[in-house]
Amino acid sequence: MNNLQTPGNPKPAEDFSDEELLRVAQLTRLGLEEGEKEELISTLRRIIGFVQVLQQLDTGGVEPMVHPLDLVLPLRADEVTETDVRADAQACAPDVVDGLYRVPKVIE
Amino acid sequence: MIDFSLCGLRRALDAGDIGSVELTQACLDRIEERNSELNAFLTVCGETALDEARRADAGRAGGGPLAGIPIAHKDIFCTRGVRTTAGSRILDNFVPPYDATVVERLAQAGALLIGKTNMDEFAMGSSNETSYAGPVRNPWNLSRSPGGSSGGSAAAVAAGLVPAATGTDTGGSVRQPAALCGLTGFRPSYGRVSRYGMIAFASSLDQAGSITRTAEDAAMLLDSMAGHDPRDSTSAERDGEDYSGPLQGLKGKALKGVRVGIVKEFMDEGLEARCRQVFLDNMETLRGLGAVVTEVSLPRLPLSVPVYYVVAPAECSSNLSRFDGVRFGLREAGADSLDELYTRTRRAGFGEEVRRRILVGGWVLSKGYFDAYYLQAQRVRRLLAADFTKAFETVDLLAGPTAPAPAFGIGEKIDDPIQMYLNDVYTIGASLAGIPAISIPAGTVDGLPVGLQLMGRPFAETDVLRAAHAYQLETDWHRLWPPGASAPVGEA
Amino acid sequence: MEFDVVIGLEIHVQLATRSKMFSGASTVFGASPNTQACLVDLGFPGTLPVANREAVAMAARFGLATGGEIARRSVFARKNYFYPDLPKGYQISQFELPIVSGGSVEVAVPGTPPRQIELTRAHLEEDAGKSLHDAMPNATGVDLNRAGAPLLEIVTEPQLRSPEEASACMRGIHQLVTWIGISDGAMQEGSLRCDANISLRKPGDAELGTRTEIKNLNSFRFVERALHSEILRQADVLRQGGTIAQETRLYDSGLDTTRPMRDKEQANDYRYFPDPDLPPLALEPGFLEDLRGTLPELPQERRARFRSDYGLPAEDARRLCESRAAADYFEAAGKACGDMQLAARWTSGELAAALNRDGLDIADSRVSAGDLGVLLSRLRDGSLSGKLGKEVFQAMWAGEGSADDIIKERGLRQISDAGALEGVIDEVMAEHAEQVRQYREGNTRVFGFLVGQVMRATRGQANPQIVNELLRKRL
Repeated sequence: MNNLQTPGNPKPAEDFSDEELLRVAQLTRLGLEEGEKEELISTLRRIIGFVQVLQQLDTGGVEPMVHPLDLVLPLRADEVTETDVRADAQACAPDVVDGLYRVPKVIE
Repeated sequence: MIDFSLCGLRRALDAGDIGSVELTQACLDRIEERNSELNAFLTVCGETALDEARRADAGRAGGGPLAGIPIAHKDIFCTRGVRTTAGSRILDNFVPPYDATVVERLAQAGALLIGKTNMDEFAMGSSNETSYAGPVRNPWNLSRSPGGSSGGSAAAVAAGLVPAATGTDTGGSVRQPAALCGLTGFRPSYGRVSRYGMIAFASSLDQAGSITRTAEDAAMLLDSMAGHDPRDSTSAERDGEDYSGPLQGLKGKALKGVRVGIVKEFMDEGLEARCRQVFLDNMETLRGLGAVVTEVSLPRLPLSVPVYYVVAPAECSSNLSRFDGVRFGLREAGADSLDELYTRTRRAGFGEEVRRRILVGGWVLSKGYFDAYYLQAQRVRRLLAADFTKAFETVDLLAGPTAPAPAFGIGEKIDDPIQMYLNDVYTIGASLAGIPAISIPAGTVDGLPVGLQLMGRPFAETDVLRAAHAYQLETDWHRLWPPGASAPVGEA
Repeated sequence: MEFDVVIGLEIHVQLATRSKMFSGASTVFGASPNTQACLVDLGFPGTLPVANREAVAMAARFGLATGGEIARRSVFARKNYFYPDLPKGYQISQFELPIVSGGSVEVAVPGTPPRQIELTRAHLEEDAGKSLHDAMPNATGVDLNRAGAPLLEIVTEPQLRSPEEASACMRGIHQLVTWIGISDGAMQEGSLRCDANISLRKPGDAELGTRTEIKNLNSFRFVERALHSEILRQADVLRQGGTIAQETRLYDSGLDTTRPMRDKEQANDYRYFPDPDLPPLALEPGFLEDLRGTLPELPQERRARFRSDYGLPAEDARRLCESRAAADYFEAAGKACGDMQLAARWTSGELAAALNRDGLDIADSRVSAGDLGVLLSRLRDGSLSGKLGKEVFQAMWAGEGSADDIIKERGLRQISDAGALEGVIDEVMAEHAEQVRQYREGNTRVFGFLVGQVMRATRGQANPQIVNELLRKRL
């Protein structure tokens, strides 16, 4: 499966640095722990190196394929079809007070 | 003698050879007996299933095509009042107040929900080892993986715990476990089955499918599952069709004149030699059924894995942001600030592979990389889809193996994500193009099942199902049971 | 002024749909917390968005009304960030391909000639919920009733030159969106909110200075005051040789100052990408043609017509076009009485005063345009005097009936019949022979006294013009 595995032993992506890891971890709110950073970064570098093969392809003029089907957006009539589901929905919630979802104090 | 397939059980129930309670109880007994070793079910709904079975036996349940037949849902489909975890700790306590459209439609067709099956966490994996609830074991060999991500559904059907189960296929998650467990795994065209209520992994790739014993059973489920859903804006504006009907009365040279293209790019040294031989034998069988088998090339196919591992993580990084500990699911205690609430909850709630994909996805969408990674991947995806379109100008179906080798050992690949990703190379192409594809049992290697994959044009489900059914009329691979397993009912 | 001010606005208009942008939940304001947030609004796993046709139509109406270009194909994208009032962790918005590009609005600071301000774009998006920071001790409460409400975000070019012009721009947009019926414009409910970008530069500088963005300005007055205070702050920094940090700030109306938001991600990376749950929005030409047909005459056009057709002064035309309801009222009253100028005077005089006194919108006026028209007709045909007209109006306002009923009941009909008046005049002259004598001897000042006596004898109903004429003749 040589041609399929061409990207299989990629050069790890050098542009994925420690700072990048911390930046993305903050954007995605994934709490990282000190002990895991090193291994994580080396794995992510390999994954990113693996997908970098795509950049060798000339895709000039090609429209990105965001949707597999050539659909247009369906539009629904402006009607109220939903009823109050607060009781059911909040039965799933970890912390509710007086119908409000409670979270730690946010300071703007 | 009762044939433990959906079609067989329909006949047996209608003939009065068996009752729904008896059938359901037999399945529950098997689950009780085998689940602790297989870990296929995360939740079993014994009482409610039996209640429904009693109603079906009393004739009060309406006469849908699946009336009285127990099935299992992959734990990615939301089920009203029944815990739905997506194999993740973050949803460990989640009991949705709503049904997925698939669940609703199958219930309307009379199917009884017997339980929810294990899966890779958020469907991210090909071995069922990323599940928070632990790996599923392959009934053919308990030290092997059943494949994934719909591994619980595959193991449950393979071991005869249930006649059929739903699955979802993002990059092969129905087809690959079906192949590794000796079953029929069908992924319809993107948009054919509603995604509403199916917990999203990668929205432009996710598609509901089925894991059954036969192609006829896949058609029978699709009869009820398919069709436009106004709650899903990507659901195709087509009515579901009759998929079972066109399979009736096939015989003899059932594939006469059907042009089958062997995907050239699949046939290289990455394919295990004995699997290759099985595949070549399969092609002879198709020729024997009248098919015209040639070779076609999809030159961009080798790029499908990298494309997928940009697009799917990008979409998942966004789809999984809603798991934030505020409105549902896990909230990790002890957070003093909002940021801490998010990071503690998401750290505790998500497993390693999910976290990796969220990070990769967040990165490929971020400033400075979006164009070079995300958009570029989607451009290559279009070129790849064009390869499929072009191939379908000369053939009616594409054929290839479903996996490079039979079931691999649990723990064998999990430490190397890239090796795991490469395992998906046979199935990802159809996912990216959104076309229907099926994996059917096609032989064994070392006593383990091997699958044959057939792919069709967009919305040509019937072409795919007919070919698969014709193959199954000619062969017996789909009738094999794993060692020590058997149908829970009807054995003499 | 030492610095030139450059301001651009981003105005969020809540569209007046019944249901939300992507779900069938109600948008009615003021419900109990979280009772109008359905599973889609709450971002429950597996739920999916379905777009509201009416919201799309409203956005397109705005594009038609401002002369913008309406995209045949536009794209919904996800704007990714974490916040407790953003349930999915992303907001569905439009980024690269908005539904409306370009266009302009007329902005008039009172007392200066109007200017056209160009719009960059207008796009559709869903609103977030509300974070309530004072609802519970040491915690924030989240109400998601508003989550998913349809918004049109209107972005102006940085062409506004003063806080006054910025607030006039916001007023202009408020007027327009209510005029074309796409928003209720209820400021107190947050139906129109504004973020303002502002920078200073030395006169003559070609490059724009570094800007700050002031978030969440929800009244015309706050826009003006916040920008004034930010101008002072930026000018101070620049004068002392400092540099302006590009940042997001909040206006504290109590302290009348702006301060930086305590957001760790000042330079947020929203990772926009096309929403895979929503195919591209494609508008068929027929859809736009139908909308064009339903678009009302716009404020600018109407003002111009009031001036040219009815000869109204610019200021009157502007006032009467402050809302479509006022303009409609005026035109209906004018047509009913046949005198547009008279209707204009009454609409912006007596009627406006009464509305103002009772705190009512013209749409809720206690006197309908048609009824006012009848009253004005009585003034025109001479059957009611101007002074009694006001009395009748007040009685109508108090709900005593139609103009004609009140005139009849109170016996207020003006007497213009010479025969009837001559009799009265004879009596008055007989009674006041002394004054008649004085007049005839040249003391014309007593004329007014005699007219007064006639008016008194007729309880004010006599037509004073005719009384004048007849009396002069008799004397």
